[in-house]
Amino acid sequence: MSDAPDADAGPKYVLRLYITGTTPRSLRAIANLRQILSTQPSELFDLQVIDIYQQPEAASEHQIIAAPTLVKLFPEPVRRIIGDLSDNARVLRGLEIEPRSAEAVVGEPDLE
Amino acid sequence: MSLNDVAPRPAEGQLAKSPTGIDGLDAILFGGLPSGRPTLIAGAAGCGKTLFGLTFLVNGAMRFDEPGVLMSFEERGEDLTTNVASLGYDLAALVAQKKLAIDYVRLERSEIAQSGDYDLEGLFVRLGYAIDQVGAKRVVLDTLEALFAGLGDGPEVRAELRRLFTWLKDRGVTAVITAERGREGQLTRSGLEEYVSDCVIGLDNRVEEQITTRRLRVIKYRGSAHGTNEYPFLIDQGGISVLPITSAGLEHSISDAIVPSGVAGIDAMLGQGGYYAGSSVLMSGSSGTGKTILSAQFIDAACERGERSIFFSFEEAPSQILRNLRSVGIDLARHVESGMLRFESARPSLFGLEMHLVLMMREIDRFKPTIVVVDPISAFRGSASEVDSTLLRLVDLLKVRGITALFTNLVGSHELDLTVTRLSSLMDTWIGLHDIEANGERNRGLYLLKSRGMSHSNQIREYLLTDRGVELVDPYIGAEGVLTGSARLSQEASERAAILHRQQAAARRRREFDSRQAAAERHIVDMRTALEVEAEELEASARQGEAEEAALEGGRMTIAARRGAA
Repeated sequence: MSDAPDADAGPKYVLRLYITGTTPRSLRAIANLRQILSTQPSELFDLQVIDIYQQPEAASEHQIIAAPTLVKLFPEPVRRIIGDLSDNARVLRGLEIEPRSAEAVVGEPDLE
Repeated sequence: MSLNDVAPRPAEGQLAKSPTGIDGLDAILFGGLPSGRPTLIAGAAGCGKTLFGLTFLVNGAMRFDEPGVLMSFEERGEDLTTNVASLGYDLAALVAQKKLAIDYVRLERSEIAQSGDYDLEGLFVRLGYAIDQVGAKRVVLDTLEALFAGLGDGPEVRAELRRLFTWLKDRGVTAVITAERGREGQLTRSGLEEYVSDCVIGLDNRVEEQITTRRLRVIKYRGSAHGTNEYPFLIDQGGISVLPITSAGLEHSISDAIVPSGVAGIDAMLGQGGYYAGSSVLMSGSSGTGKTILSAQFIDAACERGERSIFFSFEEAPSQILRNLRSVGIDLARHVESGMLRFESARPSLFGLEMHLVLMMREIDRFKPTIVVVDPISAFRGSASEVDSTLLRLVDLLKVRGITALFTNLVGSHELDLTVTRLSSLMDTWIGLHDIEANGERNRGLYLLKSRGMSHSNQIREYLLTDRGVELVDPYIGAEGVLTGSARLSQEASERAAILHRQQAAARRRREFDSRQAAAERHIVDMRTALEVEAEELEASARQGEAEEAALEGGRMTIAARRGAA
């Protein structure tokens, strides 16, 4: 799979966001995801946004039913987060982003 | 199977229909499913919902020039292709020819999390893409309820489903949506019927006496008449067949032509010299009364005349029947070889009644016989009402085709079985075969209980199983009733002795009379001779007297003359 990163050098997460054109929900999903990922080092992520209106075959190829859908292809297991990604905590939980990195952002002030 | 010709004509013309191409179903639906509208097919697991959907698509693609899309939520495309290959459906070829598009939708609950609003636009995009790929006119969604399993039964999903059905109508595709049947009183588990209001078909799979029967019912068909009964259907190598009960069964044209029974004696008992063509004949009798042999003679005669026949055997294998028939001098094997006769044999318990009926009708419609024998109908086990309804339909279907049918029925030896009594009204001619037990032996008697539309003999006729098949014996009706077997033979012998005795006595009396007559005549001659002698003597003496008198007279005159002269 071309999406799979190199074991050493590549990004830690391979993400695909499937949207439907420029519907408000699609735009919200893009904005929300950007905001969530901005708290993380950007080189961790390989993110592509795919418009299934433009590439309908991709919807069937990647088993997309709901829109928007964020798919975490790597690391396994594959996860799908449906919705406009407005619930940050759920997105992070869904992506199984390592608690340490999450705590590095959220938890550090408490420790001091 | 051309069942369309027996179904009533549709009353309306405006509603466009898409034929399913499924035997019998289009007749029930008066043409097919509503074109451009969604139809719901609800049924429990294993009822054949997926196969109905697939058959609808395959027939559309192959026979009606309507390409289709299958969106499968349960089985992967490859699995489907393998599963239906046994039915002769080559899905891969249809996909390659762009007559069919298959999209397998995999929804894995464990990989899905929700964060915020969503819609099911992905589903719409995929469906729209597949429809455009093949120019689909037909769409099957199997089983849409998987959405609830994957995404939960929330208001978003419900709203999107409602939108989906509107969208399908807007696209103008004829859609079939399958759904799991719900618990008591609920058509579908998740209430999909709420969204599909045009046509709803229920499938059912019931096990009665360890035999499974599939049934179909059109629950609703907006804007169209439809058959309302529960119709049995079956799934076999030929795909799906639905067999509607032919309520129009009494409208068949009747014939005055006569079909000989194959036994001269029976023909003679039937006023017209045989059965009416297209009539149904029931032959009931206890075991060993020769039902199969009489059936075989019927068939033998028919094949001899060049008429095609099918022998449905539910008790014996064809080879066994052929061998046994050879022992009574009936050779049916030659008719099998010449292609005039076909044997179909199956264990009754192999399938449910419906399966048997459909298989029989399928065979009949392929072979197109004029004579059909079913030996025996008593082999069919099931609830009385089901057996009755099956036989009623069989009789009707045969009559519609103008086929003369002979049904044998095994009954207890001395009573007319209840089954038989119920069946009687279906049958035009009813021949009873009877064991007559008397004087330490069993003999066989045959009688006509009824024969509609012809005068017929009321006698019980004894018959023999000879090496030329069944032969009827001339009836012996004496002062003590009808005698059979050796009682008849001994009665006939003693009758012959009595006749001889009477003849001898008469001859003796004749001889005695003759001799007495001869004696009397001799006596008469003697007496007449004596009388004649007497008469002669009498005359002689009379003549002598006259002579003496004359002489005396003469003497007196002489004396007087002498005196006078003197």
